[in-house]
Amino acid sequence: MTENNYLIDVRHVSKQFEDGKYALNDVSLQVKKGEFVTILGPSGCGKTTLLRCIAGFQVASEGDILLNGEDVTNMPPNKRPVNTVFQKYALFPHLNVFENVAFGLKLRGIEKSEMEKRVKKALKMVSMSDYEYRDVDSLSGGQQQRVAIARAIINEPEVLLLDEPLAALDLKMRKDMQLELKEMHKKLGITFIYVTHDQEEALTLSDRVVVMNEGRIQQIGTPTDIYNEPVNCFVADFIGESNILSGTMIRDRRVAFCDREFDCVDTGFGENMPVDVVLRPEDIYIWETGTGRRKSDVPDQSDYDPEDRIPKGNFTKWYGVVESCIFKGVHYEMVVKTDNGYEFMVQDYHEFVPGTEVGMLVKPEDIQIIRKEHYRYNTFNGEVLKNGKVRFLDAEWIVPESQLQSFVVGDKVQIRVPLREVELLDYEDEGTLSGEVHFILFKGNHYQLTIRTDFGDDLFVYTNDVWDHGDRVGIHIAPESILLDKMPDQGNEEA
Amino acid sequence: MKKFNIFGSRRTWAWPYVLFLVLFVLLPLLLIVVYAFTDPEGHLTIKNFVQFFRTTEAVNTFIYSLAIAMLTTIICLLLGYPAAYIMATSELKTPAVMSMLFILPMWINFLLRTLATVELFNMFSIPLGEGALLYGMCYDFLPFMIYPIYNTLQKMDKSLIEAAYDLGANRLEVFTKVILPLSTPGIYSGIIMVFMPTVSTFAISELLTHNKITLFGSLIQRAFGEGGLQMWNYGAALSLIMLIIIGITSFFGDKEESPSQAGLI
Repeated sequence: MTENNYLIDVRHVSKQFEDGKYALNDVSLQVKKGEFVTILGPSGCGKTTLLRCIAGFQVASEGDILLNGEDVTNMPPNKRPVNTVFQKYALFPHLNVFENVAFGLKLRGIEKSEMEKRVKKALKMVSMSDYEYRDVDSLSGGQQQRVAIARAIINEPEVLLLDEPLAALDLKMRKDMQLELKEMHKKLGITFIYVTHDQEEALTLSDRVVVMNEGRIQQIGTPTDIYNEPVNCFVADFIGESNILSGTMIRDRRVAFCDREFDCVDTGFGENMPVDVVLRPEDIYIWETGTGRRKSDVPDQSDYDPEDRIPKGNFTKWYGVVESCIFKGVHYEMVVKTDNGYEFMVQDYHEFVPGTEVGMLVKPEDIQIIRKEHYRYNTFNGEVLKNGKVRFLDAEWIVPESQLQSFVVGDKVQIRVPLREVELLDYEDEGTLSGEVHFILFKGNHYQLTIRTDFGDDLFVYTNDVWDHGDRVGIHIAPESILLDKMPDQGNEEA
Repeated sequence: MKKFNIFGSRRTWAWPYVLFLVLFVLLPLLLIVVYAFTDPEGHLTIKNFVQFFRTTEAVNTFIYSLAIAMLTTIICLLLGYPAAYIMATSELKTPAVMSMLFILPMWINFLLRTLATVELFNMFSIPLGEGALLYGMCYDFLPFMIYPIYNTLQKMDKSLIEAAYDLGANRLEVFTKVILPLSTPGIYSGIIMVFMPTVSTFAISELLTHNKITLFGSLIQRAFGEGGLQMWNYGAALSLIMLIIIGITSFFGDKEESPSQAGLI
């Protein structure tokens, strides 16, 4: 029966809500027995929905969920060999600690002496031995969490689902509980599926991390993979701090960004391809240069490097002035501005006070290249209307006569709008179309925004202006920036 | 020394309420006690109570009233709990509309409703009597049962129900082991809200039984209304007995889960 040895097999699961929005969009995930898998993502990314589908509280609209090779997609939660630790613990307030933990055993009609033995064991496991007859309301958050875990593991489930179990605890408590959870996972040997929005928690705890955004899985990998080899800008931005810059892959192992060329280790992107470059702040070496020396670009030997920290070799270097410096406990976090207008976040154990002229370099293996999802142009499908207008993004736009010459009214066309040419207006009703700032990425010297229009389409914009997530904007595109192309043949047939 | 400031302390603002409480609650209560333990001439006595316990008819009426009140409460609970449950869990996202359906009748004076009920019974030539009385009482007091239960169910953390399913409980077990125990504060205040007024009701019984059935409330009403000043002391004693019974019922059940927790107040 079993085609594979996966304990949990989520196959192309989608969950659509009544309003038509997808909480999960074609999600597939395989989990092996004994794994600690974390589903990580910002709020509203669908991670909890996925967990609830596995638990059985929600039924997937499409796709199958297999547990031990058995299809459980429509099985009620009480029949599934999984148990859940809820975000707000969900302890029964009318029962004491012992009764709460024993709840599952009682339902199965376990003998009293056996039950007592197992409850004691479970409570010992979570270090709550002396609290058996306490009222659950009298316990602290951390203690309630332990009881909730004991209640879930006592049934010896094959899978333990944890829905942001530490979210309500304070930082110190959270760190302690993280270690305990990991320890518990080792001892119990059961599969843990853990949902969190805390990337540090995910990296600390898991064997594998599943990064989700907008109902889709972005990347699945070990914590080191996810951190060192993010597959897209979202993951790079969400996991840890990063400098993300637009660059060009000149050829294999050679990339240009910040107006310089660097050696790197990535291949297979093609020649002169636009890419995104990710540099982790802690991977950037920084040192003080003499005043005025930085412009010469060859100050190697005279650089201030008393501790011999800077790797010697033929690395591309770049220079700038420290703009700000914040002490972060273990390291300092500096923002360095280069002459050509790029900002870099750099972390170092040494302090570089604002105003210091510094040099920077990064080793080739620390340069992470990401294929660009969209570059230069937004592309949409559109239709030519009367009076020199075209329709796309559910709005009507004026285009110059010259653009329309080869088309007649009713023609389906492909529209291109350069990312740089989309204008965002403070007042939403001043634009042809309005929308909301949906995702912001700082690219060193400009911002790349994703604007979600009120009709649900995404528009990418390069801008130098600062916007906040959730800002309402008016969208304006100058007529001369709207480029019309013939539809690829197939499109015409359909029309 | 502190300066006196009329707006200064919150306590100042409580005075009107205290005055109201003394005038309309404490003083009448005190008067009832005083009247109950005195004869018309004002001498201290327990004659009034002795008279009640000696009159078989009065004691019977008292027991009968309690029985009717209990029966009404039980029927209201049996009807009200499912109604409240359906309202609280219904997928129709219109609990406002649903509560209107149950609360709307309360906008109309209960005497009017009772009179209308009498007319309805007459129209379908159903004889008035005990059945009509029970019907009328349940009809009038059902919302008082539904509302507190609905409130507790509505406020119940849905994740508790999910947790119970998650731990292996089937639908019935989820209900008996989680939902029902957690809704006891609502049930408790529902019972009090229905039982208390039904013990002392008299208008409904008089209208719906053509005065054939006398309830304890009517007894008190008659003592005050028809007996003349001579009977006031007896009436006060009856009132006190009823108050004690109602007081006892309030001490039923879990003291920690006061009716106010069920969203009654």
